[in-house]
Amino acid sequence: MDQELRELYQQVILDHNKAPRNFRKIENPSRFAEGYNPLCGDHLDIYLSFDNGNISDISFQGSGCAISKASASLMTSMLKGKTKEEAEKIFHRFHDLVTGKLGDDPDIEDLGKLAVFAGVREFPARVKCASLAWHTMLNALEGKQEKATTE
Amino acid sequence: MQTNTAAFFTQNKKTYDVEKIRNDFPILKTTVHGKPLVYLDNAATTQKPQYVIDKENNYYKKYNANIHRGVHALSQEATEAFEESRIIVKKFINALGKNEIIFTRGTTESVNLVASTYGRENINEGDEIIISHMEHHSNIVPWQMLCQEKNAKLRVIPINDDGELIFEEFEKMINNRTKFISVVYASNSLGTVNPVKKIIDLAHSYNIPVMLDAAQAVNHLPINVQELDCDFLAFSGHKLYGPTGIGILYGKVNHLDAMPPYMGGGDMISKVTFEETTYNELPHKFEAGTPHISGAIGLGAALEYIEKIGLENIARHENELLIYATEAVSDLTGLRIIGTAKEKISVLSFHFENVHPHDVGTFLDFEGVAIRTGHHCTQPLMKRFNIPATSRASFGMYNTKEEVDLLVAGLKKILEVFG
Repeated sequence: MDQELRELYQQVILDHNKAPRNFRKIENPSRFAEGYNPLCGDHLDIYLSFDNGNISDISFQGSGCAISKASASLMTSMLKGKTKEEAEKIFHRFHDLVTGKLGDDPDIEDLGKLAVFAGVREFPARVKCASLAWHTMLNALEGKQEKATTE
Repeated sequence: MQTNTAAFFTQNKKTYDVEKIRNDFPILKTTVHGKPLVYLDNAATTQKPQYVIDKENNYYKKYNANIHRGVHALSQEATEAFEESRIIVKKFINALGKNEIIFTRGTTESVNLVASTYGRENINEGDEIIISHMEHHSNIVPWQMLCQEKNAKLRVIPINDDGELIFEEFEKMINNRTKFISVVYASNSLGTVNPVKKIIDLAHSYNIPVMLDAAQAVNHLPINVQELDCDFLAFSGHKLYGPTGIGILYGKVNHLDAMPPYMGGGDMISKVTFEETTYNELPHKFEAGTPHISGAIGLGAALEYIEKIGLENIARHENELLIYATEAVSDLTGLRIIGTAKEKISVLSFHFENVHPHDVGTFLDFEGVAIRTGHHCTQPLMKRFNIPATSRASFGMYNTKEEVDLLVAGLKKILEVFG
């Protein structure tokens, strides 16, 4: 496989695509938001539960490519137990990473497993795939009713 | 590279020399990610032969001027070239007269023109307009907008699991409120060729006019508008080896004469005062403003190019590729072909059980293979097949079986990674 392609489709991403974590519906969630990518028609639902200001549970459902599914899967794994502020901070770091704002050799130790998305910055057409779940999560956090889109 | 017009026109029409054709298209020598380009996205847009590029270039290099005004030499030369293209189009689709050929920006504008003029004049509250389930958004939205404005009803001919229109349902749908029918000749997502002659004949027995979206048909099937007896027909230049930004609306002269203008401005008038304006005669009534002159000239050149190769030869070659490719992908694990109509243009849409089309598209790109992935501007159709998107390979006159092999090899690699 080509090096650049291997950077994009890292093993962790392929694993999460095959067996996505938290891929389920939460009955009676505190928050819910729908995401939509008009470019490819992909839909994603994010379910969120709060407990004492912490995200006690977060899950997703929907269809998407390997990048968007793995992104949602890793995001939900990462955000469980985080506060709203912490989640927002991680969102911004992640967003800067995939849009290339952190440069060619980013210091991303704080992002943990999310570092596997570093390769996305080389694929402008796929940035939206990686960020759809995150935009949708942010809408859910803020209790926004309108559908999150990547446009 | 084929730049010599005279030499090109002596090419033997009967033999189909795909290598010779490939040499006419400079872009086919491009590499992508270090691999030779395998361009299989022809339903989105086709590549341009040197002959078209030269014709368009020559206008800018040698006789660039505005048309239909000015008495100077360049303006006359440009006007002649522009109007010559109109005649080439007229002959290509066998229209009755050149005043039935309107230059537009493309199929989308052609449909909007008819919806905004003929539609606004003739569709009233409670009327019904019929389209099909396999329409491109450009043949849905303009009619939907018109229906909303007029409080009319949009009705949709259903399709079967092979992606063919259910004709009996169409027959049942026609009633005395049906005022217009607009259907796609060949589907961009499925490849289905619709029985348009049957549709037109039935519609005309009830005096209902029919418009055909021929964007995907015109470069695969010989079209004779007089024989079809369609009322309107739309297509784009860039899907038949011509430039982007130029397209055609064909309309029967009695309709075009009765329709109000689409846009107001220069060229579409014969007399203007602040009190009133008399409109120009056809086709200029519908061509306000300076048109895409080089585009029209390029479109004429593209049609000349196609005629020299022979549309029937092209269609035969593309059909061979379609059959070859359909067979080659059919034993790939988890692959489902979307669009299995009996009569198809060279469009192969498919969907993997476990691999999303976007991943397919990115992987193939690294093999140099360009295909389209997405909903193809046919979201209701995707919903009908219960999928968000498909991967689509579409073949043009310059594609080869070796390129199909590279597509299939790429797909096998993808299955190894995602399997």
